[in-house]
Amino acid sequence: MMPPILSIMIFLPLICAAMIATVRGEKGDEVLVAKNVKHLAFFGSLFVVAFSLFLYANFDPANPGFQFTEKYSWFKTAGLNYHLGVDGISIYFVLLSAFLTPICILASWNSVKTRVKEYMIAFMVLESFMIGTFSALDGILFYVFFEGVLIPMFLIIGIWGGPRRVYASYKFFLYTLLGSVLMLIALLTLYVQEGTSDIPELMDRHIDIGLQKWLWVAFFASFAVKMPMWPVHTWLPDAHVEAPTAGSVILAGVLLKMGGYGFLRFSLPIMPDASIYFAPFVMWLSVIAIIYTSLVALVQEDMKKLIAYSSVAHMGFVTLGIFTFTQQGIEGAIFQMISHGVISAALFLCVGVVYDRLHTREIGRYGGLVKNMPKYAVVFMIFMLGSVGLPGTSGFVGEFLSLLGAFQADTIIAAFATTGVVLGAAYMLVLYRRVIFGPQGNKDAASMKDLTMMEKAIFLPLVLLVFYMGIYSPVITNVLNAPVQNMIADMNVSKEALPHNEATMEKGDHHG
Amino acid sequence: MELLAVFSPLVAFLIAGIFGKKIGDKGAQFVTCAGVIIAAFSSVILFFDVILNLDINNEAYTTILMTWIDSGDFKVKWALRIDQLSVVMMCVINIVSACVHVYSIGYMSHDPAKGRFMAYLSLFTFAMLMLVTADNLLQLFFGWEGVGLASYLLIGFWNHKHSANAAAQKAFIVNRVGDFGLALGIMATFVIFGSIEFETIFKDPAQYAHTMIHFMGYDFHALTVICLLLFMGAVGKSAQLGLHTWLPDAMEGPTPVSALIHAATMVTAGVFLIARFSPVFEYAPNALMVVTIFGALTAFVAATIGMTQYDIKRVIAYSTMSQLGYMFFALGVSAYSAAMFHLMTHAFFKALLFLGAGSVIHAMSDEQDMRNMGGIWKKIPLTYGLMWIGSLALAGIPPFAGFFSKDMVLEAAWADNSAVGTFAYIMGIAAAFMTAFYTWRMLLMTFHGQPRASKKVMSHIHESPMVMLLPLLVLATGAVLAGAVFYGGFVGSAHHNDGKISTALLLHDENAHEEIAEHKMEDVKSETEKHDTSEIQQPPENGAEAIVQKAEEIKDIVVEGTEQVDAFVKENAEEVGEAAGVVKAIISSEVKDVTEAPEGHVILWSRDFFWHDAIKVLPENDTVEAAHSVPEWVKHLPLLVGLLGIGGAYLAYMFYTGIPATVVRIFKPIHTLFFNKWFFDPIYDAVFVKTAIRLGGVFWRVGDKTMIDGFGPDGVAKVSSSFAKLLSRFQTGYVYQYALVMMIALVVIISWFVFKDQNLVQTFAQNSSAHVEGGNVL
Repeated sequence: MMPPILSIMIFLPLICAAMIATVRGEKGDEVLVAKNVKHLAFFGSLFVVAFSLFLYANFDPANPGFQFTEKYSWFKTAGLNYHLGVDGISIYFVLLSAFLTPICILASWNSVKTRVKEYMIAFMVLESFMIGTFSALDGILFYVFFEGVLIPMFLIIGIWGGPRRVYASYKFFLYTLLGSVLMLIALLTLYVQEGTSDIPELMDRHIDIGLQKWLWVAFFASFAVKMPMWPVHTWLPDAHVEAPTAGSVILAGVLLKMGGYGFLRFSLPIMPDASIYFAPFVMWLSVIAIIYTSLVALVQEDMKKLIAYSSVAHMGFVTLGIFTFTQQGIEGAIFQMISHGVISAALFLCVGVVYDRLHTREIGRYGGLVKNMPKYAVVFMIFMLGSVGLPGTSGFVGEFLSLLGAFQADTIIAAFATTGVVLGAAYMLVLYRRVIFGPQGNKDAASMKDLTMMEKAIFLPLVLLVFYMGIYSPVITNVLNAPVQNMIADMNVSKEALPHNEATMEKGDHHG
Repeated sequence: MELLAVFSPLVAFLIAGIFGKKIGDKGAQFVTCAGVIIAAFSSVILFFDVILNLDINNEAYTTILMTWIDSGDFKVKWALRIDQLSVVMMCVINIVSACVHVYSIGYMSHDPAKGRFMAYLSLFTFAMLMLVTADNLLQLFFGWEGVGLASYLLIGFWNHKHSANAAAQKAFIVNRVGDFGLALGIMATFVIFGSIEFETIFKDPAQYAHTMIHFMGYDFHALTVICLLLFMGAVGKSAQLGLHTWLPDAMEGPTPVSALIHAATMVTAGVFLIARFSPVFEYAPNALMVVTIFGALTAFVAATIGMTQYDIKRVIAYSTMSQLGYMFFALGVSAYSAAMFHLMTHAFFKALLFLGAGSVIHAMSDEQDMRNMGGIWKKIPLTYGLMWIGSLALAGIPPFAGFFSKDMVLEAAWADNSAVGTFAYIMGIAAAFMTAFYTWRMLLMTFHGQPRASKKVMSHIHESPMVMLLPLLVLATGAVLAGAVFYGGFVGSAHHNDGKISTALLLHDENAHEEIAEHKMEDVKSETEKHDTSEIQQPPENGAEAIVQKAEEIKDIVVEGTEQVDAFVKENAEEVGEAAGVVKAIISSEVKDVTEAPEGHVILWSRDFFWHDAIKVLPENDTVEAAHSVPEWVKHLPLLVGLLGIGGAYLAYMFYTGIPATVVRIFKPIHTLFFNKWFFDPIYDAVFVKTAIRLGGVFWRVGDKTMIDGFGPDGVAKVSSSFAKLLSRFQTGYVYQYALVMMIALVVIISWFVFKDQNLVQTFAQNSSAHVEGGNVL
């Protein structure tokens, strides 16, 4: 019998947070307190990493179902269960959450100076909720985690954020809340209709197509905001700009993936017919997102805003891939999410490096950094290229597979979406050139020091991951093959079961 | 062996890149040069193994390294495909790259970042090798983008220069436009063929000859769509008309980069791609037609621009673009082997020209404008002589390499016997004239006439060091001999003995084989001796005298490189010897698989033997075969116009120097058009770049801020706060937003009731009371 490892991973950070809360020191000993707090948080999160590796090592990639499941009755009267488990689709999100947290703590080591204790508590709670979101197998439980994540994030932006943090957190909150409420209504409806909120059980139910559509729209509202999809994306640039570096890292690295994960966990398996019905709509929104936000990214003057917009474009590939309902498309979308989790996190860390030194994110204030920060230039370039989707980096695999899926579904959409690779190169190269190359216009920027040991230690694992996933992608797709195949097979069944088959996929093949 | 040939540059790059600080510049130079030279030797060995090995079962093979992507039916592996085509490319890449590596030691000796430069060169070499050894389209794409990255890094190598950064960025993005097509082409290939592995694609493309694909809302001929999309990638990478604007700007990079990447290897990747896909292109005649037209127009337009430029490197760059055009129309008329032949010879003489120009620039203290040169041939005679060799090869003067390949390309175009083929021939002839003209214009402006540089610069002019000259000599050997030696192999017919070193043999008479083989050996020996004797004739002590007679002078220069020539010929002799031995083995074992001509004649050193299945041509499209029997005037016209061009340049830039100005005055509009490169750059800038930025601005300010935020959160905030003010003032924080959201939710629920099917509404109504309670609990 396996230990309840998922529960351990969820509660360990909470225990850690509780311990941090009890750390006290004499007045004037704030420095020592902060130090202890940081160490506690860091080693706590390292423990979670260790558990996540244990989870990964014992995971059976051939099994398409849920593993490490735990099920306890929660509200007996309501029939709600505390039900956890991971399958191939969710395991890498759990790993990603576990890995990014210690990196975030390291990244905040020197840059967060006020209310260190509360900051670390927020991060620990955040980690707990993130892992909970990706391992919850009960709709209501999922909802609790999914929304719970907002609270620490909201605080991180609102307390440790930049000058316009109130506006940003308000916007963030308003957008996500709108989606949340609709999702809650949908979940309750499901619960009322089907008598359960258990996700694996709901996957087996055949819900009436009319109801499916409504439910789908409600879920979509929530997931689309989280992704974020165009046109509900405008909270993201503001949130990123105002968030502290580590906040941006988690926001881009993990929080944005919750939407895509939601689509895969709820929309496709539970509302397959509605998903098929709405697929063209989603795909076109994705294409708009890719082109629109790439163009917007091209004219940004703020480094974080630029990367935030690029995130929206990259998430466009994700939603595009998911709604092709092809093996390549869905696997590509998941791969893209994991890869983006690493790359965008690293890019925000890159911004953090120079922000810590010069306290500005304005692109025009930098220039010629390659002279005084050659190591930084190399690291930044690697992630820039990953973001551009250069083959050999992880960014390429996800992007290409999603596009390949899209091509099979609809060539027009694929062709439009593929323009993203040109625009993506444009904005990233422009950013890189203005920051790293050229003459050194600014004295302060020219005197900045190169990466510290701590920063190198933060970046090294991310660099290795980008290349490893880019050169040997089965490391991710191995676990995806079985569950994705299953999901598509189920969808095909439901498509056939559909009387008025509004098949949206115009297959572009035709052998003969 | 193939691992050594492909991965030693990578290892060198990693060592020089990661441990650059520890091993120092010297260490980095040593490691990278060693890596590439090892690779070069390995690929020459592979050449012997694969091309000169007659064991039919052991000629082409694929080494699987590991899985890259595995997603459903989409399986991609890292692999090295070693066949005739890839081996030829590997030899060209590694030999030129080795020359450039060594040359760079001298050329970059004053640069503070030597180690980084060498590392980039090795990275490029590795990416290029991955490109040509790919056994599937995605690995090819990896190499394709990899060389793009290396090119980006090297063009922008002097990253303090604004123009260099701009050029690097432009190169990457313009190439990405081409890659957009290539990526779609890969996807289309997967959809049609169910795989992107060459093995599967080339097995029987004929079965898809009538397949249609639903693309962009219409039904198209599938293979044509695939080929055109792949061609779009080639247009970007090989700087064909439309996506060529990055290439001249790429001259911002250090000159060795221009020689290696923007002349000899990377820009020929597009040619390689189409040659590789010859089995598919053969079934897409319309795509081939497009390729021909693009190639012909590129050859012509680039030549017109080349005639008017003043930057020595840009002249050569436009010449490269023009020569690439030749290769493309050769591909377009199904003369893939002719295109590959021109690719190979061009790699040698163009790299030679670029490195020669580099020597000039190096000598002139980084001056690139030909208007500031002149009168320096006496000071750098060796460089001068080498430039002559390169120029003669480029202009297509026999017996230099370019003569054989360019003529072959033009003859094939004529032999295509079609409207586009003839169009290509005419454009090619026109370009050949211009090529000769601008090449000699360059030579004369650079080396002859009154010195136009400042005294200070003139006093510094010096011949380049040995480390720079040696690679030049190697390349010069190639530029002299590659055409004559490889003519038979690349494009020679198996049915007629028309190749210079073709070995005819009668399958029925064993003695005849030996006789012919021996005969051939003698040929080679006598050639060797010829060089030996010329060595005995000591060059005149006064170099200036020798140069009066051009031909003599060139010979002298060649003599200086006798060592290289000898080595090359010896290598060749071995090659021939080995070939002869193998032939014997074949005959004794009575292998019947050797190409057998109807008459019973088989010429061993012929394209059938050379290429085997690496290049596929339908019999009715075989223009290379037909090219051997075109009318005499078709064969001689290119040479004639070449000589005319040279003569014209002498007239205009040596004897009657007033001519250029007069011509420019008379043909002002045309000159303006040519001089401004047909206005591609400003038009693109206005149409694409400015539009994209303007659109981005509009989307951001109007789309995001005014529309979405205005009607979304900001608007809501405004409305709700005034709403809240109206209602009550005790609410603080975000509670009122909650209220608003609840209202929206209410609206949704109501609408749900309205639109719901009746029975569901009833069910809901039954459960609703419980539901609300449950909701409150939560």
